[in-house]
Amino acid sequence: MSQQKRSLAVDLGGLVLPTPVMIASGCAGTGRELSGLVDLRRVGGVVSRTITVRPRRGSPPPRIAESPSGIVWSTGLQNPGIDAFIGAEMPALAKAGSPLVVSIGGGTLEDYVRLTGALQGRAEVVGIEIHLSGPDEEFERPVLGVHVDRVTEIVGAVARMSLVPVFAKLPGGVDIVPLAIAAARAGATGLTLTGSPPALHVDATTAQVTLAEAGSWLAGPALKPLMLRAVHEVHRALPRMPLIASGGIRSATDAIEALLVGATAVQVGSATMIDPTAPVSIAQGVMKELKARALTSPMHLRGAAAHAVRRGAEEATT
Amino acid sequence: MKRVRAEILSTRNLGAYQSLTLVAPEIAERARPGQFVAAAMPDDREFVLRRHLTIHQSSRRGGWAGTLEFVVDPSAGPGTNWLSERRAHEFLDIVGPLGKPFSYPKRLTNCLLIGEGRSVAGLYFLAQELLARGKRVDMVIGGASLEAVFKPIEAKRLSQLVTVMTADGSLGERGAVVDALPGAVERSSAEVVYAAGRPALLRAVAALCRTRKLPAQVAVEERMGCGYGLCGACAVPVANKDGSDWDHARACVDGPVFNPARVLWDRWPAAAASAPAPRTDPGVLEPGVGGT
Repeated sequence: MSQQKRSLAVDLGGLVLPTPVMIASGCAGTGRELSGLVDLRRVGGVVSRTITVRPRRGSPPPRIAESPSGIVWSTGLQNPGIDAFIGAEMPALAKAGSPLVVSIGGGTLEDYVRLTGALQGRAEVVGIEIHLSGPDEEFERPVLGVHVDRVTEIVGAVARMSLVPVFAKLPGGVDIVPLAIAAARAGATGLTLTGSPPALHVDATTAQVTLAEAGSWLAGPALKPLMLRAVHEVHRALPRMPLIASGGIRSATDAIEALLVGATAVQVGSATMIDPTAPVSIAQGVMKELKARALTSPMHLRGAAAHAVRRGAEEATT
Repeated sequence: MKRVRAEILSTRNLGAYQSLTLVAPEIAERARPGQFVAAAMPDDREFVLRRHLTIHQSSRRGGWAGTLEFVVDPSAGPGTNWLSERRAHEFLDIVGPLGKPFSYPKRLTNCLLIGEGRSVAGLYFLAQELLARGKRVDMVIGGASLEAVFKPIEAKRLSQLVTVMTADGSLGERGAVVDALPGAVERSSAEVVYAAGRPALLRAVAALCRTRKLPAQVAVEERMGCGYGLCGACAVPVANKDGSDWDHARACVDGPVFNPARVLWDRWPAAAASAPAPRTDPGVLEPGVGGT
């Protein structure tokens, strides 16, 4: 063990990332912006904004408001559609030098099948993340991914078709374990926990709901305890499943807390909007922590707190 | 675009506003009128996003070389209020210069600059650059009251003709900036129009310039998340270049300066004549660039 070289690399079910700190979907621009702001070769991975089959113009402005230690946002998944994405944005994102995971979203099973098909065999793409927080157009449900049947169906289809690892990004603010088990059984390589929970921003002065009501979500540091709880519960239920923690991470301490409850990697979202170098500085902080604890890999931190809790529970019952 | 830890050289109270001058040569050397900087908020507060502030002044030469100045409205929200309380020798985490700047006319000479409230701050920087290129500058500025009109004496110094409008008549003429536009265009025989401010004002400027066939550039205000193109929060509806269709552009990297003829004002809720007035203390993010 002492001979082993210390490394930040992590293995997400076969997808090896150089560091455990990724940039979350929707915070990576269109490929050109980030490369001037941060050395992407030192970022664990970049998740593209969520791409749909057809172009989407997204929500009308305003799209963002602040809440205590957080932001409420509604971009309405603005994106150029899969064809334009593959033609222009994807090469730019891939060229920037960080492993590229493409986030795909839709309202029907067919959408996901077409998106996965379009990405098949694209060497630039190291993984697919399935956005499941949008409305279900087939079943006319407000959120597609909160139903076990749909998670099973969609994750199953994408996992069978994809030639690269598939990560299901489960919706936030819901009973997560049954959905996680469904996604795992359907063949997901790993899980991203979690998407932004639905939120609302109201302006008392103008007596108006500030942002597009249908698709407003909470992001930012306020989410951290919700994320930790979700990762902790899913890790207990599925101890071998690779988990990517997403929600409220803005410091190395936040990232380590997520690893301790069972995450293998983390995603940094709104923190990159405030500090574009956050994914690099957080990874450096994790490295420092590994040295302090005389560990050689972030994977050695994984679940340490979860196990401690379990031991505590066992002692309490005996 | 640089990220720097910039020392505050001085702060000044200017009527309803507070101006901050920073030592930031890396940014000041590149800054052009219409661009903005993004100032980070302290870690221990519950408001987290950077504040996006139009550059009021940037000095490349002389005794103030390497400094840049921006202006905040302390009543606009908690973030700008925090900035207004900063004192000399404190440090700010600043990213800039950001956004597309105004461009200068090559042949045309008579420039009319239009703004209200704090948005005027960026236009004075533009006026200096236009004067340095031998252009004639006229201005229409305004605000709710005397205190809300930003540096009226500076406006007089920079322009040939100045029209000042206040809602309560405490300075200049009683009324809104919009009311003074047709007369000002006549008097100044304007050939090019520049404007900065709320979407409702810019929409009126756009309509006027369309009927008079005047080329124009407007610096928009929209709430921003990051300010450097990552998050897609600061959407502005614009027609595609070929005119075939439209999409949401980003105010931070595709703007904040736009050709008003390309902006689809009908699709921009804040540009509607009936849009709610900007809040004095929103308790949330101040409107983005040059917010009131």
